[in-house]
Amino acid sequence: MGRPDAVVVGAGIVGAACAVELAAAGLAVTVLDGRFAGAGATAAGMGHLVVMDDSPAQLALTAASLDLWRQLAPDLPPACEDEPRGTLWVAAEEAEMELVPAKRDLYRAHGIAAEALSAAEVAAEEPRLRPGLAGGLLVPGDRVIYPPAAARFLLALAVDRGAAIREGVAATGIGPSAVATAEGTIEAGLVVNAAGAEAPRLTPGLPIAPRKGHLAITDRYPGFCRHQLVELGYLKSAHGPDTADRADRASVAFNVQPRATGQLLVGSSRQYAGFDAAIDRSLLSRMLARAIEFLPELRGLSTLRAWTGFRPATPDKLPLIGRWEPVPGLWIAAGHEGLGITTALATGRLLADLALGRPPLIDPAPFDPGRFTSLARAGASPSPLEGGKGIERLRG
Amino acid sequence: VIVTITLDDRPLAVAAGTTVAVALMNHGVARFRTALGGEPRGPLCAMGTCHECRVTIDGVPHRRACLELCADGMTVETGG
Repeated sequence: MGRPDAVVVGAGIVGAACAVELAAAGLAVTVLDGRFAGAGATAAGMGHLVVMDDSPAQLALTAASLDLWRQLAPDLPPACEDEPRGTLWVAAEEAEMELVPAKRDLYRAHGIAAEALSAAEVAAEEPRLRPGLAGGLLVPGDRVIYPPAAARFLLALAVDRGAAIREGVAATGIGPSAVATAEGTIEAGLVVNAAGAEAPRLTPGLPIAPRKGHLAITDRYPGFCRHQLVELGYLKSAHGPDTADRADRASVAFNVQPRATGQLLVGSSRQYAGFDAAIDRSLLSRMLARAIEFLPELRGLSTLRAWTGFRPATPDKLPLIGRWEPVPGLWIAAGHEGLGITTALATGRLLADLALGRPPLIDPAPFDPGRFTSLARAGASPSPLEGGKGIERLRG
Repeated sequence: VIVTITLDDRPLAVAAGTTVAVALMNHGVARFRTALGGEPRGPLCAMGTCHECRVTIDGVPHRRACLELCADGMTVETGG
């Protein structure tokens, strides 16, 4: 094999999306993964393709990526289990329902269908939700997908365009236009660090910390619910700005997804706990109890399995997509926290746009890793939290 | 003592004390349920461990047929 034009480190869904875009542009691409494609957060996550509006940049990235997923949908093989389920954001209380019209109008202003539902309409859409809820917001364009299969599909597209996928070959270091592996150093003009929560191990100074989550999956109960169901309170519990006070605490939120198999994925939890993958039983219990509060019949269902994964979290809740100035030839596509599946396609496209000098898909400025490089150069570890809590402490 | 269960909408008389799994096997049922890939599934361990013999009993899905005793009026559905 000759020297590649580009090496992508990490064969998760973000690395796969970068690889297919670079290969489609005619570059000779090699993808490395120390384990196997999709072994990290890609396999652990729910696969909820969701438009989120915590910030204008996040809305732009998620909406653009949903468009790309929609365009790709006819080509996805059945194993990807792509289903246009839509998201039903559930308001438990009137105070949450008061936020719905503004959220609906914001979505609509960006061309995203959204509909405010009364309590009765929510009950008609999802009869198994408990009575007494305040209402909800239906976003019908959101989707559900099986992420490891989608990552495999993207990698296959890249291979069709000449890319080489090398699973079981770990990158041990990234230098200027070069990646070190146990099998030797690979030189390439373009190196992309797409290693998710592990990206800082290869590029010290990246402000990415593992934010652990739990998920459980049930046996098959087809028709139990129709939409991805998420509590509106999730927005403030999971995606709001961190505070030093809150970030120390683990949080749970009601988030249930019907799978194509008839199974239900039950989430979600968030905590900073380093890379300890062990199930936290009290947190898992809290998470399931929260889901049962909204869907009482869940209590009688049989759960097959629970597991954990690590979201790559950044201080400002936005991923890093673009050039990493401290290392010549190095580009970053990492730090997507819980939105990596949703935003993978837009990330790959945007990274390729920037690397190849094409007009960018969306304004890349909010995702520029340069917003953190002054800290990296000064040798400080930028904190993923406010209140001066360092990233190293969180990993400890 | 004979009890009558309803197996996939048809009555089936069995001796009291018979497990649902044995009742179905005596009746010639091999496909208790269907795996996602379409393959038939039926009792393997017959002691509650393997979960292969799951059927719907009285409307509740995923009950292990090898652990349930037939009761008069019980409904059993296969093919889930």
